[in-house]
Amino acid sequence: MTKAIMIVGVGGQGTLLASRLLGNVLLFEGYDVKISEVHGMSQRGGSVVTCVKFGKKVASPIIEKGEADIILAFEQLEAARWLPYLKKGGKIIVNTQCIDPMPVITGAAKYPENVIETIKKLGVDVTPVDALKLALEAGNAKAVNVALIGVMAKQTDIKYKVWTKIIKDTVPEKFKELNLKAFELGYNLK
Amino acid sequence: MKKLMLGNAAVASGLKDAGCKLVSSYPGTPSTEITEYAVKYKKDIHCEWAPNEKVAMETAIGASFAGARAFCAQKHVGLNVAADPLFTLSYTGVNGGLVIAVADDPGMHSSQNEQDSRHYARAAKVLMLEPSNSQECYDYAKLAFVLSEQFDTPVLLRLSTRVSHSTSLVERSNDGNGKLKEYEKNPGKYVMMPAMAKTRHEVIEKRYSAEKVWSENSDINTVEMNDKKIGIIAAGITYEYAKEALGNKASYLKLGCVYPLPAKLITDFAKKVETLYVLEQLDPFVENYCKTLGLDVRGKEEFSLLGEYSQALIKKVILGEEVEYIESGLEIPGRPPVLCAGCPHRGLFTALKQLDVFVSGDIGCYTLSSLPPLEMMDTCVCMGASISALHGRNIVRPDEAKKSVAVIGDSTFMHSGILGLVNIAYNRTNSKVIVLDNSITGMTGHQQNPTTGKRIDGEPTTAVDLTALAHAVGIERVVVVDPYDIPATKAAIAAELEIEAPSLIISRRPCALLKEVKHNPPFSIDTDKCIGCKACMKIGCPAIKMSGEKSVIDFTQCVGCGMCTSFCKFDAIKEGK
Ligand SMILES: Cc1ncc(C[n+]2csc(CCOP(=O)(O)OP(=O)(O)O)c2C)c(N)n1
Repeated sequence: MTKAIMIVGVGGQGTLLASRLLGNVLLFEGYDVKISEVHGMSQRGGSVVTCVKFGKKVASPIIEKGEADIILAFEQLEAARWLPYLKKGGKIIVNTQCIDPMPVITGAAKYPENVIETIKKLGVDVTPVDALKLALEAGNAKAVNVALIGVMAKQTDIKYKVWTKIIKDTVPEKFKELNLKAFELGYNLK
Repeated sequence: MKKLMLGNAAVASGLKDAGCKLVSSYPGTPSTEITEYAVKYKKDIHCEWAPNEKVAMETAIGASFAGARAFCAQKHVGLNVAADPLFTLSYTGVNGGLVIAVADDPGMHSSQNEQDSRHYARAAKVLMLEPSNSQECYDYAKLAFVLSEQFDTPVLLRLSTRVSHSTSLVERSNDGNGKLKEYEKNPGKYVMMPAMAKTRHEVIEKRYSAEKVWSENSDINTVEMNDKKIGIIAAGITYEYAKEALGNKASYLKLGCVYPLPAKLITDFAKKVETLYVLEQLDPFVENYCKTLGLDVRGKEEFSLLGEYSQALIKKVILGEEVEYIESGLEIPGRPPVLCAGCPHRGLFTALKQLDVFVSGDIGCYTLSSLPPLEMMDTCVCMGASISALHGRNIVRPDEAKKSVAVIGDSTFMHSGILGLVNIAYNRTNSKVIVLDNSITGMTGHQQNPTTGKRIDGEPTTAVDLTALAHAVGIERVVVVDPYDIPATKAAIAAELEIEAPSLIISRRPCALLKEVKHNPPFSIDTDKCIGCKACMKIGCPAIKMSGEKSVIDFTQCVGCGMCTSFCKFDAIKEGK
């Protein structure tokens, strides 16, 4: 069976590094892996989505509505936007950060209230995380992505050591310590 | 060993392992990373950003004629720019293998249109391969060089967003060598004028027949027989969607070569299945071909000419199956891309908004200024059109010339804006052209260009002097402004608009995302002074939002550009915390 993980957020939040880490971990675990990302225009403050799929043999690299086993959301509104992509019985891990999109900034639209509660009430398994706090504790707001990966890692069967090995192999030297720390904080979150 | 590779990175590895010696491209999503990854092999491959796709392709042609394997990459609309050399290159053929990657963008993730580049293969009579995953990106890039030399033809490698920007496993094989072939003077082949071209046209038609025979027998066009009730003909990413949607419930003819199409293979496959579908995004290129073969195929009538296909769409149309999903029921505002915090374009367009002018626009990050709250672009067609179209407008509406400007990025100006400026000087309109010089090609993710003073690998080189260039073509008035200083920028543009002569206004300030740009500490709001008038929101900076009655500045986004300060009458925006 192919499994599907969707990483959603706002351009600039580091979703690409998160998917790359995840991809390398899954490859190390012996799976066939496909990752699909969209570069370019949508990077700049737009809604971004990356699909990671793994299994014995993966065909399509994209995830459609009702297909994701896990959604890792870097921002609340994005969690709500991509919720239809979650499979029945799937899980959402959501960073509690809110980033106003331009229509909200200009007053043309409102940022919805109680996003996380609303999703919970639908019976969805939601794990809210203050990842910005974890990242700042690790030393830099940019580490939000790896802190969230840490939270997700805890919910998988993949060993802690595999994750940290792949982080060491994937991340540039000068950010290694920061990212390992952020991962650890996410992983050990109660 | 198998490695995870982006489709575009796999193409670059294929170039390396095929012994390609030269890569010249102009960036364009989703093709850009091929050339960026190729730079990693700069010991073996000379890589460069050309000013535009035509120059890139002609550079590759020169290298190929000289005996080297050469390559260029572009997005779909880039091939329009390079179409002129392509059509005649088809006649001359090659010496060293020449491969041309063209990346389509179904769904228009980052493009201004949704054209289907397969039509170019047929129109220019050039062989076209289409990979469906990273392994095939690698294999087909290498194969394309072999075919190019075997059939004496350029070969098109058709990619699409989902193939270029998907990552999957790749196993690399033995390295090719980068030896030059002999160059022999041969005007009959390399000098295309009527007498020679007539002979070459015959050669090209014969070549097509030979390629067709190859296509019929090639192992990149494969048949997989499963359940015979449904037969699928597909290529590229659509094949992967079909496999996921239908698995063993269908039989497949996977096309690795989309031009020339293998008529016999298709006909034989059609005979073996009950209902035959052609699954292809965009135009019915393969479907129409099947119909000329007299085959009963289904395709566009049930699917779509617009946008992308997916496994869900295929399941729905062919099997009638739909997946259940949940919705939050919340009203979810859109999140369109925005100019970044600290983007110098914001300052320039804010000044233009205050001047209330007509803006003949162009393509780049600055096109985002057409969205709220700036809404400061009137037209945008293709790269370079801003300048030439303003000239045309000013001819028929001379009275409004004092209220009209053209805006164009530095890279776009070099790509195809220059000739528009020459035309303004030559055919004299009082056109005001603003070059948004942010020292980089921003939109496609930071590529160097002839104005930045750096080559693709960051090595220093000469930079085009825009002022001297304008003077040289006959534009006497050149003004340089700093868009972070909005009042001064506005005043300078207002003054130029009053003058009865063409002007070039250079709005100069590097992109805020460039590594070498040093930022000030983030600004913050003095809540005692802020009265919540929302004047600072007018600038449309993603780092400023309202929190209750007061505005707040998001310290994770603010780069301390200070452009917002000129909007606050209450002095509530302060430097630092
Ligand atoms: C013919 C063609 N080639 C390439 C592209 C892709 N593309 C769009 S805008 C752009 C360049 C943008 O750079 P610049 O003009 O410097 O503006 P910036 O984004 O930095 O503001 C490119 C390469 C295109 N749309 N059309």
